[in-house]
This record gives sequence, structure tokens and C-alpha cells, in this order.
Amino acid sequence: MTDVAGLKRTALYEEHIALGARMVPFAGYEMPVHYTGIIDEHRAVRERAGIFDVSHMAEFRVFGFGAFDFLQRALSNDLGRIAGIGQAQYTLLLDEDGGIIDDLIVYHSGDLEYLIIANAANRETDFTWLSDQAPDDLELVDESDRTALIAVQGPCALDVIRELADEGWEPPVRFTLGEARLGGAVPCLVARTGYTGEDGVEIICRVADAPVVWRLLLSFPEVTPCGLGARDTLRLEMGYHLYGSDMDRKTDPISAGLGWVVSKDKGDFVGGRAVARIREEGPQRKLVHLLVDEGIPRHGYPVLHEGVEVGKVASGTFSPTLQRGIATAYVPSAMSAPGSLFEVAIRSKMSSATVVKPPFVTSTSLSGA
Amino acid sequence: MAHPNDRVYSEEHEWVVAEGDTAIIGISHFAQDQLGEVVYVDLPSVGDEVIAGETFGEIESVKSVSELYSPVSGEIVEVNEALGDSPETVNADPHGEGWMIKVKMEDASQVDGLMSAEEYDEFVAQG
Repeated sequence: MTDVAGLKRTALYEEHIALGARMVPFAGYEMPVHYTGIIDEHRAVRERAGIFDVSHMAEFRVFGFGAFDFLQRALSNDLGRIAGIGQAQYTLLLDEDGGIIDDLIVYHSGDLEYLIIANAANRETDFTWLSDQAPDDLELVDESDRTALIAVQGPCALDVIRELADEGWEPPVRFTLGEARLGGAVPCLVARTGYTGEDGVEIICRVADAPVVWRLLLSFPEVTPCGLGARDTLRLEMGYHLYGSDMDRKTDPISAGLGWVVSKDKGDFVGGRAVARIREEGPQRKLVHLLVDEGIPRHGYPVLHEGVEVGKVASGTFSPTLQRGIATAYVPSAMSAPGSLFEVAIRSKMSSATVVKPPFVTSTSLSGA
Repeated sequence: MAHPNDRVYSEEHEWVVAEGDTAIIGISHFAQDQLGEVVYVDLPSVGDEVIAGETFGEIESVKSVSELYSPVSGEIVEVNEALGDSPETVNADPHGEGWMIKVKMEDASQVDGLMSAEEYDEFVAQG
């Protein structure tokens, strides 16, 4: 569905309006930034459970005898590590120079089949990039327009899904994909993944079923609808990367701190040699996590070291949990160790900032604390 | 929308209550609602000069930062220091406890050019 401004709407658009969401343009979609408020929604996820419409994200299905070989060459992580059906993996789509085209989750969804979830803004780029490399006999299908995605996150999330699923249903283990019938009627894929640092699932269902699933979830008093605003503060508290802010085509995985998702030993793959070289030589710049003393750092604000500008804020926000500003920034590698001191120019004021090891927030339902 | 009619409003969404030559200044209910949860308010110091139409501080929500524009000219005689620790008061009580600064006006007739509550409601409705 498309409105007059050329923005697309997800299957849950009417639900968002009915809930009083403030809608904003995001990646070509009209999406809820918040319903009641970002901080309320953020806390709901850390303390109970929140649901997010992330149906704008792209889904690609790869099927065929050559699926493994094709993706093993096209993606950065070692696909051999998710040999079991149902397993999932965080991975990158790289260009030949090691530039990051996108970050993805790939699910080994079936025999000879993989499901890829990609960023909405990169849907066309990714699909074209993959199509250009795909062998002719491989089925590569963009299923984004018929697939809805609802994230259910927080310490109460799994209990909610247990209540909605058939008697005796148990959630898939962390970073795997399972099936569930919700409300006794709706068939869904349920992935034990997320972007908040809390335990929970991401529900993949047909577009037509999305409003039913959304309402079933909202029938629980412990469930709060959450917008993209809280999604951003939650992910940044965990130090998770956001494509477009923390990395892009001009960024390599080593500088971005994503060397762990680039295989060192799986053989030849796109971008592999370039990344191996950067890994060996050491990157010139590194993404650091900054705890800011005063004020709120935002994307693009200058980062200074002893009065000299050495970088810019990549992601920045107010952490509702810590009640202070947090940020990421690319700085020269020599200055990137935890404890290094910087200043962030927050408009006219200089605020001290200290490099910390991510995550910024350690006590979540995933950390077990 | 509840904009009380005991005060006047500016196009930049500040309100002014004039008590003699002292102007109490804050932001409107509409403005705080547009901003979302306020997490940081940066205010000037007592003794600073403010000029009508120019900025006197900044207000930040999680998502955005906005400048605060003074509707009047004069000298700051009091600042709501409580907002430093509890910026959310601006959301909870924008027309009361969420006030920001008190200004000793050079000329108390400056407030005459500002909008009544009724005019402001209309201004806001026109977007």
C-alpha cells in the first residue's frame, strides 16, 4: 500500500493509527516512531515485553541445490556453522573491497533453503547484488511484500508466546527458528532473535495474518506496542550496529568491530581477501563506544581528542536505562582502547566522553543478570 | 488541547505570564507534546540578557533537539533549576512547574504583541 507522499505502509498501518502512534517516514515506509513515548516503551521492553512492527524489513528466500555454495560465497560468515535446519546467523553482505553493503540475519529455514532478513533501505541494492551473482538454477525470491515481521521482546516475551501457541509448545533455542500456531489458528515462523538485548522472538507471518497476531499479542496486559524510537535506544544500549549510521559501503567490518562475522577459514568469498588484508595490517580507524558526561550526542557531531577533531558521532542517543548520553564514533585505532578520553562537541558545548566496552547496559534478560 | 487563557503565547510556542515587569516563560502544552519526552533542558544563568526572538536555551527529547526562543527582551532574574534533575516536568506540567525562566522586562508592553490562548489554539490548528 502506498500513500500520496509515495511512502509505503505495512499491514499494521491501521493498527498503529488506532493506537495513536506518531508516524514518520523511515526507509520509504510510514512507520510508528512512538505510541506513548520512547522512554516508556523502552522501559516496557527492559521490564516486561514490547512488540514492534518491523514488517518494513526485507525478506529473501533462497532455494535450490546450489543455495549453500551461493550464499557461502556471497556472505561473510561461515554458513557451514548453521548446517542444522532452523539455525540462524548474523552475517554481512560485502563488496569486493570489503565495504559493507548490508548486515543480515540468515536462517537455515529448510532443506536446501535459506531465509534472509535485510534492512528495508537496502532491499533493492541487496536483491540486485545477490541476483547478479546467483546461478540460473537457483530460486531467489523477494518475499518482502507478502511477509510481515513482528518483534516480541522483553523478559515476559516468551511467556506471552507460550500462552498464544498450542499446548506444550516450547520456544526454539536462542538464534534458531521454529514454527508455532498462534491463537489456535495462525501459522507463523518464530525466530528466537532480536535487536534489543532482551530475550524474545521475531514472528514471521503472512501479511494478511499480521493484524490478528498483533491484536493477540496486545491482548496481554504486560505487552506494550513500541515504535522505532525505542528500537533505536534499545539497540544502541547494547552496542548493536545500525546500517547507515555505524557502517556503510565505505566501512569495512574490521573497523566496524564486526570481524567476528567475517570468516577467516571458509575459503574464497566476496570481500574476503580485502578484509583479510585489513585484519592483518590493522584498521586505521575503529568504531568505539562512548559514554558521554553531559548532553545528548547525535549523529554527525564532532568528536575531539585533546582539542583536535578526530571523528564524528556515528550513532548517538539518550540512554533511558543509564539516564545519560551514549554514542558510537569512528576514531583513529591508536585512541580506541577502553578508557580513552574524548570530547563530543554538542553544538556549542564540549562534553567529556570515555570509551567503554559494549554493551552499555549489561543487566538484561539475555545476559541472565 | 488545553492552553490556559491566563497567559499569552508566541509563534515559537513559548508562553508568557506577565507579573508587573516580570515575565515567566515556558513552553506550551502543544510544544511539549510535539517534542515527546523531554530529557534535557539547557537554560541560561541568572543575570544573562535575553532578546525577543532570539534563543535563550535548548530543549531535547530522545529524538530531537529544539531551540528555545525568548518572546521578550530583558534580564534573567530566575531560572527553574529543578528542570536540570527533572526535565520530564516540562511534559507533566508545561504551564506550571515546568516553567523555565523569569525575565525582568525592559518594557512590559512587549507582551501585547503575543497571542491569546484562543489565537494560539487557532495558530496551532492551522499547522
